[in-house]
Amino acid sequence: MANVPEDLHYSKDHEWVRVDGDQAIIGITDYAQNSLGDVVYVELPKAGDEFAANEPFGSVESVKAVSEVFTPIAGAVVQINESLADEPEIVNSDPYGQGWMIRLKMANPGEVDSLLTAAEYEDFTKAESE
Amino acid sequence: MVDFGGWDMPVQYPAGTIEEHLRTRTHAGLFDVSHMGEIDVRGPDAIAFVNRLTSNDVRKLIDGQAQYTALTTPEGTIIDDLLVYRLAADHLLLVVNAGTTDKDWEWIKSHHSGESVELNNISSDYCQIALQGPDAESILQTLTDVPLAEIKYYHFTPGSVDGVQGIVSRTGYTGEDGFEVYAPADRAEQLWNKILDAGKTGTPTGVLPCGLAARNTLRLEAGMALYGNDIDETTTLLEANLGWICKLDKGDFIGRDSLARQKEEGVQRKLVGFEVTERGIARDHQDVLIDDECVGQVTSGSPAPFLKKNIGLTYVPVAHANVGQQIQIDVRGKLVGAQLVKTPFYKRAK
Repeated sequence: MANVPEDLHYSKDHEWVRVDGDQAIIGITDYAQNSLGDVVYVELPKAGDEFAANEPFGSVESVKAVSEVFTPIAGAVVQINESLADEPEIVNSDPYGQGWMIRLKMANPGEVDSLLTAAEYEDFTKAESE
Repeated sequence: MVDFGGWDMPVQYPAGTIEEHLRTRTHAGLFDVSHMGEIDVRGPDAIAFVNRLTSNDVRKLIDGQAQYTALTTPEGTIIDDLLVYRLAADHLLLVVNAGTTDKDWEWIKSHHSGESVELNNISSDYCQIALQGPDAESILQTLTDVPLAEIKYYHFTPGSVDGVQGIVSRTGYTGEDGFEVYAPADRAEQLWNKILDAGKTGTPTGVLPCGLAARNTLRLEAGMALYGNDIDETTTLLEANLGWICKLDKGDFIGRDSLARQKEEGVQRKLVGFEVTERGIARDHQDVLIDDECVGQVTSGSPAPFLKKNIGLTYVPVAHANVGQQIQIDVRGKLVGAQLVKTPFYKRAK
């Protein structure tokens, strides 16, 4: 069973969002990393890049496949997780912690309320894997 | 699970592609390759018939020996690559790719004219289990009386494994030492489970079941072509660096004249290996550029888990087909540098 922490917001594209003041930290869920398999490469944007909600901000590659990652909310990148360049496998081992991807200055902090709660996301992944 | 030539096949098992790949290089990996097709050719003209349809010289085989070869079109392009097993002077077994089995079968039947042979597509009668890696021999030996050490590379022997009568062949598609066992289809599960047990699966150095993704990365590191990716009916044997299975002096065979002409005139392009030198992973079908000009596409591109590099195969104009040549790969709109290197990328220590 995939791990779905209570205190995060989720998207149907399998990203999570952790709110930190007017900033948001974004990564991919345990369910997503597990479906992808061993992550061997993570492509991230540059600090300063701006994204609209649901826009792809980078990609995650396993041995077999490439998947785009989307930001569920709009904002400007203030920081990226540099350590994923050398250790992309952290996305597998610690998707909600050391495996975070980008930190955004939210354009519209209210936007997170439209995302899925942990319970809703869990139901969503159950339905998807059936 | 994915559809692969009409078969439901696992891309990976729980250990994951990288672990499966590494375990095969260092200990052993087990592959269910029952999807491969088998065509049985019997009769006094078996050798002459297959020799006329394939590029390598079937007459060179002795009983108990296998040969890598190709079914060729009149243009010298490749209908399929396959193994020919000589069971007896009047009995050959052709092992072909899953996705091309029906096409090959039709081609072989339609090119049968005067020869005295009986042809049978026995693909669904056989399972094929491949045990690959440095520990393959010692694991398999616990299940069979066949003296495995005496089987040379690309040789085989009829024999029984765990009481199941079949063929034990020292062949594979990983670049490692190993065996492929052919047996009746209804014994696949028994053989699979017994080999996993014998190989102490679940222990840190035990055999791991491997999926299609590891099969692909292993063969790519070993520089082996994949039919449908690197070779097909638009590529000739000579372009694909398969001149070594192209015996132009053996007598006539389908495609011989075209290949002889191409050999004399020289090929326009050649299949080469490359290594990505910047950040990024080259993938199948991406454009390859030299001096800002698109010269072809990546035919196979992947991370190489053992070499810890990103590698691939592509056709380039023969003038550029030199080790050290710089190329660029269009990775989803971003140009990523790479350079041509020698293949195989990986060669096991003997």
